[in-house]
Amino acid sequence: MNPGSAGTAPNGTSAREIVIQPVTRIEGHARIGIRLDENGNAAEARVHIMSMRGFEKFLEGRPAEEVPGIVTRICGVCPWHHHLASNIAVEGCFGVQPPPAAVLLRELTLVQAHISDKVLHFFFLAGPDFLLEPGDRSVRNIMWIARKSPELAEKVIRMRYNGHMMLEKFAGRSIHPEAIVPGGFSKPMTARERDEMRVGAREQLDFARYALDFAKERVFPKFDPATMELGRITTGFLGMVDPEDGSLRLTDGVLRLMRPGGSFHEFSQREYTDFIGEHVEPWSYAKFPYARGWGDGFSMDLENPCGIYRTNSLARLNVADSIGTPLAQAELSEFRSLFGRPAQSTMLYHWARLIELLYACERVIELLDHPDITDQRIRSEVTPRAGRGVGCVEAPRGTLIHDYSTDENGCISRANLIVGTTHNQAPINMSVNRAARDLIKDGRVDDELLNRIEMAVRAYDP
Amino acid sequence: MPVTIAAEVLSGCTGCEIALLNTGDGFLKLLDRIEIVHMPLLMDSKYFGPDEGSEEIDIPRSDIGFISGSIRNREQLLLARTMRERCGVIVAFGTCAAYGGIPALINLFDNKDLFRRYYRTAEATDSASSPCEVVPPLLDRTFALDEKIEVDAFIPGCPPHPDSIADALDRLIEGRLPETPVQSVCDACPAKREGKGTVQKIKRFLKNARYQPEKPLGEMRCLLEQGLLCIGPVTQAGCSGKSGCAPRCIQARVPCRGCYGPVRRGGNQLLDMLNALASNGIDTKNLPDRLSMLRFSGAHSMLPRQVRKPSS
Repeated sequence: MNPGSAGTAPNGTSAREIVIQPVTRIEGHARIGIRLDENGNAAEARVHIMSMRGFEKFLEGRPAEEVPGIVTRICGVCPWHHHLASNIAVEGCFGVQPPPAAVLLRELTLVQAHISDKVLHFFFLAGPDFLLEPGDRSVRNIMWIARKSPELAEKVIRMRYNGHMMLEKFAGRSIHPEAIVPGGFSKPMTARERDEMRVGAREQLDFARYALDFAKERVFPKFDPATMELGRITTGFLGMVDPEDGSLRLTDGVLRLMRPGGSFHEFSQREYTDFIGEHVEPWSYAKFPYARGWGDGFSMDLENPCGIYRTNSLARLNVADSIGTPLAQAELSEFRSLFGRPAQSTMLYHWARLIELLYACERVIELLDHPDITDQRIRSEVTPRAGRGVGCVEAPRGTLIHDYSTDENGCISRANLIVGTTHNQAPINMSVNRAARDLIKDGRVDDELLNRIEMAVRAYDP
Repeated sequence: MPVTIAAEVLSGCTGCEIALLNTGDGFLKLLDRIEIVHMPLLMDSKYFGPDEGSEEIDIPRSDIGFISGSIRNREQLLLARTMRERCGVIVAFGTCAAYGGIPALINLFDNKDLFRRYYRTAEATDSASSPCEVVPPLLDRTFALDEKIEVDAFIPGCPPHPDSIADALDRLIEGRLPETPVQSVCDACPAKREGKGTVQKIKRFLKNARYQPEKPLGEMRCLLEQGLLCIGPVTQAGCSGKSGCAPRCIQARVPCRGCYGPVRRGGNQLLDMLNALASNGIDTKNLPDRLSMLRFSGAHSMLPRQVRKPSS
């Protein structure tokens, strides 16, 4: 069914192509194609994104205030992040600022949503690669973990569930929320709701500490030199930081684009087009963002990459000077002393993800302790008008950019989106290429080897 | 023998699968009663061996097939057909599979418009021709599942409430089909209604509804009667689950947007709502973009393709 059928090289000679389809334990549809040379060594690998839905197009004409409830459906795993970025973009179009309590409630829900997401990824999706003995692919999943380690499975299933239920209880919906609205938030937090969420948040923090201890004991020791080299590439990094002190921010910050050597540019959310370009390849529906601002163009050549930067957990920790909460800051210091800054090993995304989990849990408690969080002034009235707005937040998978323009009725005339995973398209391709070239020799492949190549994808939690 | 289940996500967002996980302890208990034989999101299910190319898709046989997402490209069409062939019962899981869902909004535009915008005129994009190697070609629009394959049961919702998913699974495991109640969101909504004739005009949702945050929802005036476009009257109930909670958006004090699709299969949320408003003497002329009342149910040729503006 595919136009580029397996087995025929572009020059017409017969070559072997290894196909992994679908890439599994990720959200979305991807295919890996690996072309082998005449000696059976991997010559080139590509990760094809197989579907597109076209949000940028069908947002056109929609009343801008309705859009934050539409773009949630870009991703069922991170709807809160699209929801908030979209609202910020609409507010830019309409020229309105949310009241302080709304700013707090938005960050609270966003950070809370990070918690469930990180538990989902580490334990449900990537975990089976590290928690189970290498073996048959039919058991490499959370269902098998549930059978083998029921206590652990019960704990992680409950923690992910609790996070969702805390959001649901306060905001009505946890998947595909409607509670963030242009101008603020749809409902205030009562003192009772705050107190209830505090109880749950303390339990989450305990779990985050447990998860990091557990990983240091059971998972990270498996990061032997070969695993640390798996899909290793050297790139720049993009993430959000606090404009004052350069600490990690998940919303309401500036963007920092770091070169592989560690120097960086900082820019406001609106300026993203000066620094980021998007390249198109004929073999993937996803585009390939790159650092246009560096002026070297775009290349995924492993020996001489151009314009390549990464996003998601490792990127955020690399670009941030510090983390504003004590437990996560202590972990960041240890991480930096072990791996330097910027850390480049692709497998370290997992470690960074758990440090961020700790930050998110600490940050939720900080926000709940803020005296303004229960303030009843939660929405400024908005007036539709023509304008342009850019909203950025850090989604689990990376810097999320929503850029809208509106017409005089306040309906969308133009929308441009760059979502977290899209930033990592080029790095994922390079990591898979690296892993395939390192691992596939003399035409020998088996299930375990192919899974290691997929692990290079999963690290990015695409 | 446990009941075997296969699950595929087509043109969707995985939110339905996250809702399945949100059955919480129920998910663990479920694992004692079912065997998941195919589910790329959670397990390493492959369509073929590494050397077998992409001509055929293999999915193990199973009793029940859950398909979320709508059908947008040729690979998804092939997957849907293969699932139909290999599964005893096919369940359209979620609103995208049942009615097209949000992805069917693209049916307002043609693929040329989409590609021109996405690959050639977007702000940061280096203009190029549209991808056509290896990636499966798009169909001319987004289809609900039953436009392309026979469907035995529907679990609507964007996403469906975990209670509905658990209930449906219970019935399916017992060899019965899930039931969908013919009830509207209003039937499950506690907001206070005072009756006809109180609203003349519907306004955009630019400031919050009027309500007392500490008071129960039953003391909040119906959002439609407050003059907000709430399409609960023409939307199937179910989002509140079994716990006696209010509809979910109403809990957040925002109007219903219709994510469960029409009250009856085959209903048209836009026409039904316009009729309901007209019969109450409510003026809708000032509402922009009335078509987006079909934002969740635009497949089945409900959404018309817009006439393209002259290109600038």
